[in-house]
Amino acid sequence: MSEKEIKNHGAEHSLSLEEIFEQRIARDEKIEPKDWMPEKYRKTHIRQISQHAHSEIVGMLPEGNWITRAPSLRRKVALLAKVQDEAGHGLYLYSACETLGISREELYEQLHTGKAKYSSIFNYPTVTWADMGAIGWLVDGAAIINQVPLCSTSYGPYARAMIRVCKEESFHQRQGYEIMITLANGSPEQKEMAQDALNRWWWPSLMMFGPTDAESVHTAQSMKWKLKRKTNDELRQQFIDQTVPQAELIGLTIPDPDLKWNEEKKGYDFGKIDWDEFWQVVKGHGPCNKERMTARVNAWEKGEWVRNAAMAYAKKQEDKKLKKAI
Amino acid sequence: MKNNWPLWEVFVRSKNGLEHRHFGSIHAADAEMALENARDVYTRRNEGVSIWVVESKHITASNPENSGELFEPAQDKIYRHPTFYTLPDEVKHM
Repeated sequence: MSEKEIKNHGAEHSLSLEEIFEQRIARDEKIEPKDWMPEKYRKTHIRQISQHAHSEIVGMLPEGNWITRAPSLRRKVALLAKVQDEAGHGLYLYSACETLGISREELYEQLHTGKAKYSSIFNYPTVTWADMGAIGWLVDGAAIINQVPLCSTSYGPYARAMIRVCKEESFHQRQGYEIMITLANGSPEQKEMAQDALNRWWWPSLMMFGPTDAESVHTAQSMKWKLKRKTNDELRQQFIDQTVPQAELIGLTIPDPDLKWNEEKKGYDFGKIDWDEFWQVVKGHGPCNKERMTARVNAWEKGEWVRNAAMAYAKKQEDKKLKKAI
Repeated sequence: MKNNWPLWEVFVRSKNGLEHRHFGSIHAADAEMALENARDVYTRRNEGVSIWVVESKHITASNPENSGELFEPAQDKIYRHPTFYTLPDEVKHM
């Protein structure tokens, strides 16, 4: 060992647990449930993973609205499978979150009391069938851009859940875009319906990437822990640049008069986002906040007797087995 | 909410010839329901041909804090690896 190496070696011994932890993440090592972690890391991850899980669960509601009214069997099985995937994604994420030492019961409690948030996009209503197209195309498209970097995040169980989610998400977006293509090539009324859905979902979709970098409070810390690889503004730009040509291809118009290709930055310039609306919806004053929470809480409360009955049945079966053994 | 369903760990064999691998966990009232829920949650796209479920409380895990005592003793036993032994280059098939 050279003198310098000995010095470094000595220095390593005086590192705090937290410094050693940060170094592990910087080296791209994964953190697993029983590893030591700073309390802030645990809390931040519980907040983000649970918020993500809640979004999947609440996200089933606006689409569930259209399952019985899908225009064909093909559309119906696809929508049903998509909603079922969302339930599955919620469950992968809840179980990843539980590895951080919080129970499922507490997680639900936080959702139902409004202590935990879910993605604001699900507080908008789904008023026509075209909304199923727009949600798949835009909302799932934006979600994919947000989620792909999370496949390599530092917390092992979250990264593994995200890999499964991302694999399944691609069909969601494709089925949505296919709905839009069909409507856009249909009768004038159908095309108008597709355009109307795009008009209503475009801006809320852009808001899904969160506040601008200047306003985003968690970005620096999240970058360090690899909960984020790109900033909100970078991801939003990526979404716009890839979505505009998709709209053009099917003859729909992005509802933004300021949208213009900028040759210099090789991306689109776009109009101002209405952040007042964003914060209104986050704070609970969106068109459907109340409706979504009521539906969710009702489902949970009205299902309680089923959960209890299942436990009673399981216990009875267990007792029977014991008696036989004696 | 006194009757919370317990947590189960789910292991899936993706095809015959491969071992079961940990896929995640699930809540269920009993083993049978755990299998059914695991089927719906973890194998919606033909990810498996066999599922094991075990109630999470029955798993004993090593503590990462003891990783030193547990795993370091293997580190200096390089004589367990074939490259530790010096052989002339002319030797074939070894």
